[in-house]
Amino acid sequence: MTVTACPACNAAPAAIAMADRPAPVTLSVPGIRCAACIGTIERALTALPGVKDARVNLTLKRVGITTDRPADEMIAALSQVGYDAFPLDAAALGPQEDPKARDLMLRVGVAGFAMMNVMLLSVAVWSGAADATRDLFHLISAGISLPAVFYSAQPFFQNALSALRVRRLNMDVPISLAIILAAIMSLYEALNGGAHAYFDAALSLTFFLLIGRVLEYRTRAAARSAAQELSALEVHSVQRKLGNTVTTIPASALAVGDTVVVPTGVRVPADGRLTSRAAFTDRAFLTGESEPVQHSRDATLQAGEINLGAPFEMVAEAVGQDTRLRRMAELVATAENARNRYTSLADRAAQIYAPAVHLLAAVTFAGWLIATGDLRHSLNIAIAVLIITCPCALGLAVPAVSTAAIGKLYRLGYLVKSGTALERLAEVDHVVFDKTGTLTRPGFDFQIGHLTPAQRGIAKALAQASSHPVSQALAQYLADEAGADVTAITEIPGRGMKGQWEGRTVHLEKGGEPGGEGGLVLDDGQCRIPLSYDEVTAPGADMLSPALQRRGLGVTVLSGDAPGKTERLAAHLGIADWHAGQSPEDKHRLIATRSAAGEKICMVGDGINDTAALTAAHASIAPGRALDAARNAADVVLLGETLADLPTVFGIARKAVRLSRQNFGIAFAYNLIAVPLAIAGFATPLMAALAMSFSSITVLLNAMRVRIAK
Amino acid sequence: MNVLLILIPVSLVLGGLGLVAFIWSLRHAQYDDPDGSAARILIDDDEPRP
Repeated sequence: MTVTACPACNAAPAAIAMADRPAPVTLSVPGIRCAACIGTIERALTALPGVKDARVNLTLKRVGITTDRPADEMIAALSQVGYDAFPLDAAALGPQEDPKARDLMLRVGVAGFAMMNVMLLSVAVWSGAADATRDLFHLISAGISLPAVFYSAQPFFQNALSALRVRRLNMDVPISLAIILAAIMSLYEALNGGAHAYFDAALSLTFFLLIGRVLEYRTRAAARSAAQELSALEVHSVQRKLGNTVTTIPASALAVGDTVVVPTGVRVPADGRLTSRAAFTDRAFLTGESEPVQHSRDATLQAGEINLGAPFEMVAEAVGQDTRLRRMAELVATAENARNRYTSLADRAAQIYAPAVHLLAAVTFAGWLIATGDLRHSLNIAIAVLIITCPCALGLAVPAVSTAAIGKLYRLGYLVKSGTALERLAEVDHVVFDKTGTLTRPGFDFQIGHLTPAQRGIAKALAQASSHPVSQALAQYLADEAGADVTAITEIPGRGMKGQWEGRTVHLEKGGEPGGEGGLVLDDGQCRIPLSYDEVTAPGADMLSPALQRRGLGVTVLSGDAPGKTERLAAHLGIADWHAGQSPEDKHRLIATRSAAGEKICMVGDGINDTAALTAAHASIAPGRALDAARNAADVVLLGETLADLPTVFGIARKAVRLSRQNFGIAFAYNLIAVPLAIAGFATPLMAALAMSFSSITVLLNAMRVRIAK
Repeated sequence: MNVLLILIPVSLVLGGLGLVAFIWSLRHAQYDDPDGSAARILIDDDEPRP
């Protein structure tokens, strides 16, 4: 399980002594897997000049470096020893300390140690200590437990109070009531030489329930810290050009009218007008088209497009919140969210459980009071009922399972953002995929099997000389081929490249109909050879559809792209149900119509054009490279590249819900035995302690079974 | 039963020591990288890091 993010404080004394120096560099190194990696990385980094300390955090796969040198040098050093590293933006990463987690753990510790000491004394009482000894032990127990309970159970008291203030009942109300009444009743008994004191019960209740809280909190914190890491990986700076100097400024400092330089491979930071002669961008996230778009001077560019061609300059016309991208993202955020209406399994249980428990205790009290007229005895029995029924196992039932399941999914590369996401994923019966960027990757897959080595060499030489993205991709694709000795290479604007090879004129040109899907044509001076290219399918996408169908899930492809491309890809992946040319509204409408017809849909998509659909769907998944807005709208973020494990996500989610239900069953079964005994007045502190520990431990062990889910 | 007068304080002090040790470990970031702590024992590096 991932714990609080704190690579910096790991760098311990050196980092603390250097506190007034610039913030240490934090790098994300996804390739760290073993002890050997830790050793290699730390040795490589500490050997660099200017590096004071380097500390790997294996859990988070990060390196914290105390240095005054730039991060680039560290990244270069790591790539020399074979690790890809990515700088993390300290501001987006947020504070490194997590006081809330530490505070909860401290309360668990206090409750745990107090419980052990009190249990020691209780065992003596249970095994027959009597009279003065028993009273002394009870009084010592009181001295330990009252302050410990008062401190440790604060989170429950606060939650219960805030629920009662708005006149609602949650699970914390019966918990707080049981803890407080157990403590007060036991104190009264201890002072008056009574036989039964429930100090250990009050403490073990607090202890086990706090464990549930810690598990729940850690899962949320881990998801949050991984989500922060994703946004910290993104570039939040802009290159602004003033006169002839280019300076790097934070994206938030950009103003309307500024001239911005957009380097190759970077997202356009603002809406604006192109001032360079031409530009070539990928706007798949907006429209779903996979074909890059060619722009000429004065064309309108939108924030979020990715520059595939040479660096270009543009004048910003709308920045920050005013960009179309941000407005669309906000539209989605304010739109009705299917998820907010979802009541989790634990909440549904609490809604039935809390009133039932209070009613049971009240009826028991009234019954005994009428039957015996003994106020103290009736009260003791009613409190014993409250303690026994206190939802120890119930409080652990869901968090223990979802923590284990979310931890397992995280190791598979899936970041689950909420506990109820698991429950919703388990109910899904149909998966809808976006095409571009989800089932495909940016790039081109060339068919070059029919080329001779000499022709490949010519193609490579010509492609290398061009800055056109398709040519660049072809040159990359042919990286292992030997380039031919082509001379006098010139570019024919809008057509392709021309050169001389062994006395012949050779060409690499755009083929097919203008504006059509085309391809390239290589002319080696003797014949013209078509060079077609396809989109690259995402790793693992090929096996996806059969694997999902085996789990009883329907599969659909929705794309904003042209019908031809969509059909080819759908046929390649074995998906019969596909829809092309879908606008964001179409996608949203399709999901909404099908959901209204009772289907539970999981949407998988990455673009701003999918965001409305992601929000409308019962559950949603987005790739890690997706835009912020899409990632925020999704329940699950895919951290790795491959889609191969996607069917497993549904398997694990279903198993998790099944185990949560089983856990409720186990807790209920314990109550079924213990409650009648408690109502009949036979409950003893020993019995309460046994029932509580056994049910909690069974539930925790049962939750571990999710680890073997497939 | 006079032995109790010694044993009870002893058990309380031992429990208190455990709690203090736990708080110390919590304050000194001992739980921040559980996977790393498990792996570091395997690093074959006898020389102390500079």
